[in-house]
Amino acid sequence: MKTKRELVIVGGGPAGLAAALEAHKNGVEDILLIERDEYLGGILQQCIHNGFGLDYFNEELTGPEYAERFIDELSDKKIDVQLKTMVIDINDQKMLTVLSSKKGIEFIEAKSVILAMGCRERTREAIRIPGTRPAGVMTAGAAQRYINIEGYLPGREIVILGSGDIGLIMARRLALEGADVKGVFEIMSYSSGLVRNKVQCLDDFGIPLYLQQTVTKIHGQKRVEAVDIAEVDDNFNQIPETKKTIECDTLLLSVGLIPENELSQQANISLDDITGGPIVDQSRETDIPGVFACGNVLQVHDLVDNVSEEAEIAGKAAAEFLLNETKDEIKQSLEIAPGKNITYVVPHTLNINANTSPLIELFFRVKDPAEDCKISIKDNQEELASYTRPIVEPGEIESVKLPIKLINISSDEIIVELITGGE
Amino acid sequence: MNERTIICLSCPKGCRVKVKANGDDIKDISGHECPQGIEYAKNEYLNPTRILPTTVRVKNGQIALVPVKTASPIPKEKIGEAMQKLSEIEVEAPVELGQVIVNNILDTGVDVVATRSIKEKN
Ligand SMILES: Cc1cc2nc3c(=O)[nH]c(=O)nc-3n(C[C@H](O)[C@H](O)[C@H](O)COP(=O)(O)OP(=O)(O)OC[C@H]3O[C@@H](n4cnc5c(N)ncnc54)[C@H](O)[C@@H]3O)c2cc1C
Ligand code: SF4
Repeated sequence: MKTKRELVIVGGGPAGLAAALEAHKNGVEDILLIERDEYLGGILQQCIHNGFGLDYFNEELTGPEYAERFIDELSDKKIDVQLKTMVIDINDQKMLTVLSSKKGIEFIEAKSVILAMGCRERTREAIRIPGTRPAGVMTAGAAQRYINIEGYLPGREIVILGSGDIGLIMARRLALEGADVKGVFEIMSYSSGLVRNKVQCLDDFGIPLYLQQTVTKIHGQKRVEAVDIAEVDDNFNQIPETKKTIECDTLLLSVGLIPENELSQQANISLDDITGGPIVDQSRETDIPGVFACGNVLQVHDLVDNVSEEAEIAGKAAAEFLLNETKDEIKQSLEIAPGKNITYVVPHTLNINANTSPLIELFFRVKDPAEDCKISIKDNQEELASYTRPIVEPGEIESVKLPIKLINISSDEIIVELITGGE
Repeated sequence: MNERTIICLSCPKGCRVKVKANGDDIKDISGHECPQGIEYAKNEYLNPTRILPTTVRVKNGQIALVPVKTASPIPKEKIGEAMQKLSEIEVEAPVELGQVIVNNILDTGVDVVATRSIKEKN
């Protein structure tokens, strides 16, 4: 069966929800939101801890509470939602192939598409830990789903590899449920998680954090029986003399997130090697006109509040794409590039037309932690603006708002740099 | 004299604030880079509290558990006991967001409330 739709949104997490609402608010009447899970809300439904919404709602919510505000708002709007349905292909003509047990395979021809598929976790395979292949090795997010939604304790004696926020949150959750969390091991010399989480998830429960150490081997036939741990030097080489064995029945991996972009690749959308997400302009439009991306599929966000804001940009832009018959002529196109001490910048390009908002917000990550530093924005000719920061960390997305009137009319590039102390 | 280092969480700097005290009588606070650190360290030393987010079993629900939280922070030392208490409870679906699951848990004056609506199994 083949149907036509104005706007199709792929993924019903916070990004998809906010994008749908914003597109609706801006006049799009035919919206279909497709979600493969049994409910809306995405990963938030398993993040039962508090700490969401401080920026967006000015109050501290848990993940499910944050999601439910958007789901409630959606319910009385004319937005079609299709659950338990997976988008399995998108082509560069915006034709979607979707699959559900209820309706089998369907084809949908969309005028505009918003990609909001989120991200997934890196697995054991992605970091290549040697040893046997027993049960009991899983990502921290999988364990989170078992405990918080399905009601299973994934193990009793736990080792956690990776000190990102998800790993820290899971250390506390498992300790609260009575498991023995033997420690969190981190290969870097600093924890990538928030200080708050280190204090309230580890220190509160006496769970040790070991820096510059990693899991070198997994033991056990049917079930994990132990893991080997070793210290690493500054070049991440294992120091064999430091090897020790820790008995445990479960190894949780919290070793990073990867934007879920198989569909984007099938559609031939250009991706950024560093973020793993699509290359977009300031309206979050990819290099296929009418296809937008937002949320973790575009860049891994630390705060869901930023996801909602980004999704609103995409939702509004999709509405403009659909409802504005005459396209405004682009007056100036610029590349936005990461400079000194910056890992990446989103958006990647800036297309200025008569309608472009006077302030453009740039999101980026720094390479290393720094204090009392300065973010400097340049074009090919001069420094346009600078912003001081008391503290910056790779684990937290930074942003600045650049007035576009500062950009020289003949420039074709903007560079974001971090200037530290002595420079 | 007791000495403890408390990491201030009032801003991302995370100053290590040193508290010197005789029992509950705080004698000296140092290491904070701004006045907020004093207030934070005092509270954290004398009366540390936390919001407790966890889950409670649901009968007849679309999913097996309902996520819950204490509506405001409770004393940190009561968290273990509160978990015990919540493990003994089962609620019946449907559950509404914000519904009180346990009234005044452990006489803290704080309710435990649902953080998600759960429909009945159909
Ligand atoms: C395990 C985990 C824990 C996290 N914990 C926190 C936290 O504590 N605090 C915080 O602020 N952030 C946390 N994050 C980050 C969090 O993911 C983001 O804040 C936010 O949820 C991202 O929203 P999203 O809509 O982009 O992605 P998601 O919430 O992941 O939603 C994407 C949705 O798309 C659906 N989908 C994907 N592909 C398809 C397809 N082909 N067809 C149909 N549907 C599809 C998925 O089922 C999912 O529902 C966590 C992330 C993970 C992975
Ligand atoms: S003492 Fe002040 S500067 Fe230091 S962490 Fe606390 S609030 Fe921040």
